[in-house]
Amino acid sequence: MSTRRRGVHASVVLAALFVFMFAFVSAQDLGKAISEADVAVWDISILPDGTGLPPGSGTPEQGSKIFAAKCAVCHGENGKGASAAALVGGEPLTSGIETAKTVANFWPYSTTIFDFTRRAMPWPRPRTLTNEEVYALTAFILAQNKIIGADAVMNAQTLPKVRMPNRDGFIPRFPERIP
Amino acid sequence: MSHQQPRPAVDNLEIAAGNGLLHRRAFLTSGAALAAAITGFTLSDTAEAQQLTDAPWSTKPGIPIPEYATPSSFEKHVVRTLTNPRGEPRTQHARTPHHLLNGTFTPNGLHFVISHSGAPDIDPAQHVLVIHGLVKRPLEFTLDALGRYPMTSRMTFVECGGNSAALFSNEPVQASAQAIHGLVSCAEWTGVMLSTLLQEAGIDPKAKWLIAEGADSLALSRSVPISKALDDAMVALYQNGERLMPGNGYPMRLLLPGWEGNMNVKWLRRIKLVDQPGMSYYEARTYAPILPNGKAYQFYFLQEVKSFITHPSPGLKMNGPGFYEVSGVAYSATGRIAKVMVTADGGKTWAEAALQEPVLSKAFTRFRLPWKWEGGPAVLQSRAWDEAGNVQPTRAEVIARRGQTKTPVTNPAAFPSQHYNGPTSWAIDRTGEVKHVYA
Repeated sequence: MSTRRRGVHASVVLAALFVFMFAFVSAQDLGKAISEADVAVWDISILPDGTGLPPGSGTPEQGSKIFAAKCAVCHGENGKGASAAALVGGEPLTSGIETAKTVANFWPYSTTIFDFTRRAMPWPRPRTLTNEEVYALTAFILAQNKIIGADAVMNAQTLPKVRMPNRDGFIPRFPERIP
Repeated sequence: MSHQQPRPAVDNLEIAAGNGLLHRRAFLTSGAALAAAITGFTLSDTAEAQQLTDAPWSTKPGIPIPEYATPSSFEKHVVRTLTNPRGEPRTQHARTPHHLLNGTFTPNGLHFVISHSGAPDIDPAQHVLVIHGLVKRPLEFTLDALGRYPMTSRMTFVECGGNSAALFSNEPVQASAQAIHGLVSCAEWTGVMLSTLLQEAGIDPKAKWLIAEGADSLALSRSVPISKALDDAMVALYQNGERLMPGNGYPMRLLLPGWEGNMNVKWLRRIKLVDQPGMSYYEARTYAPILPNGKAYQFYFLQEVKSFITHPSPGLKMNGPGFYEVSGVAYSATGRIAKVMVTADGGKTWAEAALQEPVLSKAFTRFRLPWKWEGGPAVLQSRAWDEAGNVQPTRAEVIARRGQTKTPVTNPAAFPSQHYNGPTSWAIDRTGEVKHVYA
């Protein structure tokens, strides 16, 4: 009897606890709903499979002119390097652990070029390039490194298909922590 | 015992290892008198005291107390070292002066900063954090809203993946603990657990990673496994009790205790849940160290168990033979520090250091050991163990796996690789100069 009564009593307490917990969780509901459309201007993440790439396209030839006007001041003529890093060429990675990492010898995904150029360049005026300009500059850098042909057109479909030379050059340091 | 003597009987203390290292119990058994004798690196314990007189500052009223205090004018040398003070279009580093600090908290003005394009001057009233992507309800949080959530405080270190990288040099770079190890600091961070905010948004089961992004001009972004976000990640709003410093992410940053500094995204404004890592510039390129075989590590994540001696270290000249306290910091991404061993003879013999309580997970632990320097050559080094069983590797073990440079690194602020967690050796010569060596 008394055991059963204690059991009933415990279940009532548990139920009350659940009610209290749910009430408590919903009380913290302080985030304001926002639509993906309203996040769009900030949503500049490009994934390696091409998710997030915007409409538009560009060619190495178009990129060459934009590069001369907006990028060469820091990255040097045709990306040979100046105050900022060279964007063309690169030593083999077996040259030493301190080898300079470049698009040609290191970067595993072409989408990173688009993502980083669009979010961070040009240094003094980031996010002022149009999507067309970013496609063209990405095409120019890839073509300068002979990763794509001089006539290749880069867009949301073609860019993620570009296979970077060092695509398979990586070892996850802690594979058990990779989802 | 010791209270009966003007000085402790230093010659009777238990020797714990070669070249004068004393047992850590010396602190406990000799108490305050011994502690007072071990005063540091500027006082000789053999000098005769002079007759005392009042100093000028003791004979007139002092200066008014300011609203926001700054250290004594005599401490003006206790500052960070800067690599790019004029903000030229490249990364800026500000390094913590470990050799001039003690304890485990880094003062906010001395916390290390790396900024790739300067600190944005953010108006907190206009800043928002957005959580979107693979969630049931995309949400926006103002600072005011975040301030109403249950908060958590935790002490944790933040370390740049490139800290200590000068130790990849094939010859020891001549530099201070600040120059070599200044890109790690430890603070008490207070904020809202990220899991709370993610659960409110509702995590889509397809989400495996999140991409965190800052409001800086680079919109710096890093990919973080959801598992870490739900474990102990925090949206930090306070640093050592006050709002975050601008260089440390004001008004909010992502805090991933124990994980690579660059992933602790500052000026946090957006978290997007995704099914794959973004392979952003800093994870695909910068923080992927090259291995001797030409492959590269990717997603290094953890700042592995490490320790270094701060006292003595280069820049702190020994002032004659006698007592000193050897001390430093130890920390690990994989839990509490379990043990720190110290050598004064370049690794021939070792003594276990005392660990200053409290010993907290993923935070600085101050280790201390009394030392009677006889005035001869000595090589000091520390090695740490954590509660997960991870051991700070020897430099030889690090280099065997990770390689070293072919030519000596001359600029200690250079980054020939990342994620060095081997030991650091300080050699002391007969004049008391402290130099960096490999041992």
